[in-house]
Amino acid sequence: MKTLSAVSFLWQPFSRERRTETFTGYALILPALIGFSLFYAIPLIRAFELSFTDWNMLRAPRFIGLDNYIQMWNDGRFWNGMKFSFYYVLLNIPLQTALGLFLAVAMDRLTRSIIVRSVILLPYLLSNVLVALIWLWMLDPILGIVNSVITSLGFDRQAFLGSPSQALATIAGINIWRHMGLVAILFLAGLQNIPRYLYEAAAIEGASEWQMFKHITLPLLRPVMVFVLVTSVTGSFQIFDTVAVTSAGGPYDSTNVIVHYIIQNAFSFYKMGYASAMSMALCLVMVLYTLIQMRLMRASESDLA
Amino acid sequence: MSVFERLNWFRIICWLILAVILIVTVTPLWVMLKTALMPSSEVFHHSTAWWPTNPTLINFERVLGLLSTEESLKAGGSGAKVNFSLAMLNSVIFTGIIVVMQTMSAAAAAYAFARLRFPGNTLIFGLFVASMMIPGVVTFIPNFILIRDLGWLNTTMGMVAPFCLMQGFSVFFLRQFFLALPKELEEAAYIEGASHFYIFYRIAIPLSITPLITIATLIGINMWNEFLWPYLVAKDESHQVLTVALQGFKSQTPQGQPDWTGLMAATAISVLPTIGLLVVFGRNVVESIQFSGSK
Repeated sequence: MKTLSAVSFLWQPFSRERRTETFTGYALILPALIGFSLFYAIPLIRAFELSFTDWNMLRAPRFIGLDNYIQMWNDGRFWNGMKFSFYYVLLNIPLQTALGLFLAVAMDRLTRSIIVRSVILLPYLLSNVLVALIWLWMLDPILGIVNSVITSLGFDRQAFLGSPSQALATIAGINIWRHMGLVAILFLAGLQNIPRYLYEAAAIEGASEWQMFKHITLPLLRPVMVFVLVTSVTGSFQIFDTVAVTSAGGPYDSTNVIVHYIIQNAFSFYKMGYASAMSMALCLVMVLYTLIQMRLMRASESDLA
Repeated sequence: MSVFERLNWFRIICWLILAVILIVTVTPLWVMLKTALMPSSEVFHHSTAWWPTNPTLINFERVLGLLSTEESLKAGGSGAKVNFSLAMLNSVIFTGIIVVMQTMSAAAAAYAFARLRFPGNTLIFGLFVASMMIPGVVTFIPNFILIRDLGWLNTTMGMVAPFCLMQGFSVFFLRQFFLALPKELEEAAYIEGASHFYIFYRIAIPLSITPLITIATLIGINMWNEFLWPYLVAKDESHQVLTVALQGFKSQTPQGQPDWTGLMAATAISVLPTIGLLVVFGRNVVESIQFSGSK
């Protein structure tokens, strides 16, 4: 009986209509499915395989078991790379989010001008490479305009990207400049979904601006906040371009964030296997982070809904 | 009266802070432009002036390759030639192919996931969404090896391949809109005898023009700015995109100091398309990014 129903499941219940629907469905997803298999799924499996090999791209890959992972565990530069990436996220995200939020509230209250919004968004439309080059020039220790402003205000010259203790924070600052407008525009979209009558009611009750912000704006903005945090944290944990252009990991490895270290191993030292092992570790961190965030996201449905 | 006054003060302070942020946003672009307009001989003495001394267009001529090597060296360049018009063209081709192909294939897949019943629908969509979690660097290493084995290094094919058929976010984003389309339209068409495919491209697509433009804009911005993949795959000048060409130009430093005026001229040229886009489509660009956040 059981076999029969299994057979009939495979052959019978699809009417002609369902069959054409199935066929069209597969036909429509086919290009995306090919792209997904060739450039996401298979490479992911390949990366996992490669992580157990020693390979410099010249001779055939050699299986070495867990050696890459053991090497990684003992590699101080790997742990530093992870640490710098975490530091970078901690330097970058809070200020970027706060500035973006302030800008969004200010724009929401003060102006509907599309010019103001475009100017705010402009840095995000420039590539990381362009932004890095412009700031590299402005922050030049001798010729840069930033140091001339600092000294004219009576402070000491700063080394910025040349100083091991300042370089990572400087890169974070550069990317805050690039991203705060984007964050503001995203928050602004969320703000416009909050009904005005809530503020009017609060104003009648005599609430202050700060109270309105704290008790109306912030709670109702939670879904957008989670969206912004998930995308910006995963993005800044993978920072690479700005580092590659400005500091190349230096000085003294102080900005050698994890993605930069992985790329360095793969394409400068040709340690494909070792780089793959580290990329699997990064992948694990990102997946864990995303899963935690998704749980939070489910817990953060808007109070309006 | 007192409420009125308090509100006014609040607004004035907010405007002041907003103005400061706007100035901070624009200043770097001004510094870039004024450096690009300065003769490179002046850069050591007047690097910190807010206004270009002896403004000249020679840096632009130099980086666009309009001057001979000798003339360019005389003007303070490294003599290094980067063909920016070619890099610009390469960027347009790279971005254009990906925007068109990815938007089309993502729209088709998103429609199927949202509207059609077929075995594996939820599972495959789930895998697509999960692919968004994977950091780029993980797939870039095996993808680089694949492209190399196919002999596609330094080809347009190799540059666009990983992006042109699919990106988890595009499919996810468009599916949300197809889910929200009214079902009655499709049902009416289906009863009239229209095929699912016909319904997709004659009814669903025309009704979703706004989200399609939004996702195309977002893909376009991301791909125009992409650096790592084109850098790995196409270092050769014939296929270099702008971001890679600029990084290369910066690295050519004969005297230890980069050729700042040339570099800023090149940067200014590269910023032009973006500013043009914003001037012409300002409202659309801003709205499409707002749109992506509200969903």
